[in-house]
Amino acid sequence: MTSQSLRLAIDIGGTFTDTVLVSGEEAILASTKTLTTHQNPADGAMEGAKRVMAQSRRSLNEVTGFIHGTTLATNALIERRGSVVATVTTEGFRDILEIAYERRYAQYNINLEKPDLLVPRERALTIRERMDAGGDVLIPLDTSAIDALLIELDASGADAVAICLLHAYANPSHERRLRDILAEKRPSLTVSISSDVSPEAREFDRLCTTVANAYIQPLMESYLARFATRFQAEGVKCPILMMTASGGMCTVQTASRFPIRLVESGPAGGAILAARIAARSGIDGVLSFDMGGTTAKLCLIDKAKPQTSRQFEIARAARFIKGSGMPVRIPVVEMIEIGAGGGSIAGVDRLGRLTVGPKSAGSEPGPVAFGRGGTEPTVTDSDITLGYIVPDTFAEGFIKIDSEAPKAALSRVIGARLETDAAGAADGVSRIVDESMASAGRMHAVESGKDLGSRTMIAFGGNGPLHASRVARSAGVSRIVIPPNPGVGSAVGFLFAPVSFEIVRSRYSLLETLDLNGVNTLLSDMIDEASGVVAQGAGGAPTRVQRTAFMRYNGQGHEIEIALPDRDLNLNDVEPLTAAFEAEYRKQFSRPVPGMQIEILNWAVRAATPDAEIPMLPETPTLTTITPAQTRPIICDVDGQIKQAGFVSRDILNPGDRIYGPALITETQTTTLVSADFSAHVDAMGNLILIQDKKGGA
Amino acid sequence: MAADLSPAHLQVMWNRLLAVVEEQGQTLIRAAFSPIVRECGDISAGIFDAEGRMLAQAVTGTPGHINTMAAAVMHLRDHFPVQDMKPGDIYMTNDPWLASGHLNDFLLMMPVFKNGRVVGFTSCTSHLVDLGGLGMGPEGSDIYDEGLLIPPCKLVDQGVPNALLLDIVRANSREPIANEGDIYALIACCEAGGVRLLSMMDEFGVGDLDQLGSYIIDTSRRGTLEAIAEVPAGVYENLLKMDGYESELELHATLTVSAQGMHVDFTGTSGCSRKGINVPLNYATAYTVFALRCIVGSDIPNNAGSLEPFTVDGPIGCILNAQRPVPVAMRHTLGQVTPDLVLGCLHQALPDQVPAEGASCMFDLPMRHAPEVARDGGQEFAVEPVHNGGTGARPHADGLSATAYPSGVFGSQVEITESVAPVTIWKRELRPDSGGAGKYRGGLGQRIEMTSANGAPFIVFLSVERLKFPALGRMGGRPGAPGRIRFRDGDNDIPGKGELRVEAGDYLIFETPGGGGFGDPVQRDPQAISLDLHRGLISAEGANSYRGTS
Repeated sequence: MTSQSLRLAIDIGGTFTDTVLVSGEEAILASTKTLTTHQNPADGAMEGAKRVMAQSRRSLNEVTGFIHGTTLATNALIERRGSVVATVTTEGFRDILEIAYERRYAQYNINLEKPDLLVPRERALTIRERMDAGGDVLIPLDTSAIDALLIELDASGADAVAICLLHAYANPSHERRLRDILAEKRPSLTVSISSDVSPEAREFDRLCTTVANAYIQPLMESYLARFATRFQAEGVKCPILMMTASGGMCTVQTASRFPIRLVESGPAGGAILAARIAARSGIDGVLSFDMGGTTAKLCLIDKAKPQTSRQFEIARAARFIKGSGMPVRIPVVEMIEIGAGGGSIAGVDRLGRLTVGPKSAGSEPGPVAFGRGGTEPTVTDSDITLGYIVPDTFAEGFIKIDSEAPKAALSRVIGARLETDAAGAADGVSRIVDESMASAGRMHAVESGKDLGSRTMIAFGGNGPLHASRVARSAGVSRIVIPPNPGVGSAVGFLFAPVSFEIVRSRYSLLETLDLNGVNTLLSDMIDEASGVVAQGAGGAPTRVQRTAFMRYNGQGHEIEIALPDRDLNLNDVEPLTAAFEAEYRKQFSRPVPGMQIEILNWAVRAATPDAEIPMLPETPTLTTITPAQTRPIICDVDGQIKQAGFVSRDILNPGDRIYGPALITETQTTTLVSADFSAHVDAMGNLILIQDKKGGA
Repeated sequence: MAADLSPAHLQVMWNRLLAVVEEQGQTLIRAAFSPIVRECGDISAGIFDAEGRMLAQAVTGTPGHINTMAAAVMHLRDHFPVQDMKPGDIYMTNDPWLASGHLNDFLLMMPVFKNGRVVGFTSCTSHLVDLGGLGMGPEGSDIYDEGLLIPPCKLVDQGVPNALLLDIVRANSREPIANEGDIYALIACCEAGGVRLLSMMDEFGVGDLDQLGSYIIDTSRRGTLEAIAEVPAGVYENLLKMDGYESELELHATLTVSAQGMHVDFTGTSGCSRKGINVPLNYATAYTVFALRCIVGSDIPNNAGSLEPFTVDGPIGCILNAQRPVPVAMRHTLGQVTPDLVLGCLHQALPDQVPAEGASCMFDLPMRHAPEVARDGGQEFAVEPVHNGGTGARPHADGLSATAYPSGVFGSQVEITESVAPVTIWKRELRPDSGGAGKYRGGLGQRIEMTSANGAPFIVFLSVERLKFPALGRMGGRPGAPGRIRFRDGDNDIPGKGELRVEAGDYLIFETPGGGGFGDPVQRDPQAISLDLHRGLISAEGANSYRGTS
């Protein structure tokens, strides 16, 4: 990246569109938030782009890099605004979607309804054919049945088709043949095939992924084309790259083929930013904490690499319960998302237990304090009552805050039931919501075989800096980093993403009796495909390839990701791979199980341009403790007592300045609460570093 | 910092305990070797106070550990004097009548020490792959046929596992390595729970769990009794007829609802079977209480307070209160229908809140190579795919098709089954017309067709229900279709229990039962009937069930 480079990142979210313009590696020239224009999202994006150009006196035709992320794909799936999809599966397997995993996602709820998986049974069609698990043909594709299939397809009213034939991951020939015939006979249909979209074993997951891809493909194809044309018309010359769920970028062409990979790209940007800060600051273990208005997202980052997963669930039912959404198998940055944000509504259940969320007051009607008709107290209302949000500076003064109304609502809804006052109620709400975020983080760490306590939290999002020290305390985390511009963190993260593409393919084998030729051919085909996709967007940059196998003990469910050498495998690799698996297993489960066979079902290849260079972080100057001139009364989150908190604007703090809590550090989009048991100082990059040290504590 | 024990703090600690037991459970599931644990979460984890009262229990995939763990910890705590316990000790048993109804379930209990005294206990249970004997199947004639029983004992002595005990477990199993791995996972789970419990106590500055425990138990008991108070008091009786093994069975229940709680009595229930489908009372109690708690106070977590108002009893020696030494390996076959039994009572009190009967008992199909295949050097395998029938229609909604209830098992994926076992599954689809007709239709069963993939014979170990007696409807709803097992070219249906040998040329067809309907079929919304027809969930003939037949 030369210093002349000028790069633009646009993140279209549900409420706001964030735009950031950067010169060179990381000099942020301008950033802005505009309202998302749902009718035509490119309008809001264009407004943001023009605003940052004007602010920095540059023009769109000077832009050398353009990265775009959008929540449109996710929202289309959540709001059911996609195509009419029909499925074609192997004869005898019409009900893969409906049968799914045969389970209820909530053990005690006898009235639950299963997730709507977009294709009702009348559009679930079949064709006679059959592969076995090894990819050998048991029944050839019955081409004589295709005319009948076309009649059914026409009658179904489908404009997109998802084809998922049994064991197509092992042999895609029937799917390809069927796709080609459909393309020829019904050129207006959009066709997704499972062996392209998600070539992994497990017919239900593969079909869901293919359906979701087909469902949003026509919509995203046309959106991406219009978006690109619009910006090109305004002078943009460079290619537009799309942010994906895996934290990498791909071309508009690839995005149009696999639009399902675009879901949740915004949060992935946040994780990339946190990873970058971790790399620059040399922090090995990080918990990123992104708290907005409706949800909080937590991600584990080790050695500057966000944790990744190959599975994601779209549109979980209201309580974010696992299994209540539509599973898709795509490479994603692994996050836990819970219904806890500023707008989360607090109440008391019939047992007299205080509850917070997952229901959110959103932006309409919003918290009671907004005076827009909200009557139920929210997390933001509690934070106002506790004195942590300064009414005059909230949201750059665009939203008028009524600081008395929240107290009345808290007293009425909570105080009356729990025999406490507004402050006691607000303190309770804060404790419950912060504990639930910390619990989600701890649980996520346990599920990943990791520990939270030793990590540094990197906090951003509109409410992240406000709740960081409280959540950190509950999670046993004692160090927090709050980057500059925490409100547009995701868009900033886009600028550090590599161009990348990942493919996962299933091929079952035992490590001991590995079919070397078969596996090497499989991997080399995957590398060709992934490198080809990356080359389209890499602009001549070199491509690095990473091969991985997902291994487990025969009979166990949990897979462990093991890196493979960047060359063909040979017999001598079995022993070191076994050792690598056992070492990793020992790390996660304390002891390996000698004598147990190791099996591999999935193989992955990731091709990517090299990560951006990480400049060394200059040393933080010697710390000088400063005493803010102003103070405000707050209710201390450590002991519930009224205390005077230092009150200072982040703008005036210089590297090396240190403030002991309790303190409030304000900036345009958010406020950082430095709890009484924390101190905060500014490092050489302008990050706020919060450290728990009982000094200022109770 | 002095401990602040305001309600908000106590509640945060309660939430933390619930999180700790879920974390413990996850630790166990991740490390488990048994497919039933991994796929179905057949484990439990709990935290207890110094008196042995359960304060929190993980919500896991199978309800079979509700109550059983609470009772087992009380028993172990009474068995081993607390004053003799040392830090690092862990106690265990797999006695079906103390732990969880069959030998495969190992239950561990660890005292947690703070300042030199026991402040509480952590406990966990997990299903081990193989304990020797005849293995997982109903063929045993007594408990001794079913494998190794370990009475209450000290598994870990001050951090050192009992090597002899581990040797014995290994020597008595077809899967010694997996068993050992599972036992270490259980130990790790107990220890993780203890560490987290202590760090929580430090964080909140509490020296014991007395006040927190009382808060949890009192709040939960009060909430549960309030929920029970909304159920009309009275005595309600119900009868279920089941296929059984060698003969048909009757299950009887009498539910007494009073201000003190809900009591279920199984008087009238048939005696034990000669084969391993008998149910120890602890296990029957678990599923019975689970079903009641799905309807009454389902929002209250399981603990000593919320469980206390529910009591279950049955005549000694009836098949739901089986006594040593009868065989119990497949106790879940009938255990899983006790919800239908007791919900039939509760329905009389709450006609608008209780679903119709469902398939209930899961269709797990453990399969293994035929013995001579191994002898002749053919492909050996053992898999246990799990499938389900339909659930009963709900008072305001159709039943769920091919869905597990009351268990929370995961159904298997065809591609995975075929990858690991030489079988070909030719069909797996919903069974049209199998859902009981009603204002709300029962969930559909499914049809699975299968052959050997490589010409080698294999064995299926069956222990399924509702092939003779279907799931009944309520309020005029019709029964669901019974299940059916047969060879395509065979003359007779195959019974639901026992070993089934599948030869090279056999084409096996399983049909799982449908759920019962709710309400008079004539009242069904005509649009819903048209949609069912359009979707092929009912045939034109099946639609006739919805016409008035005066």
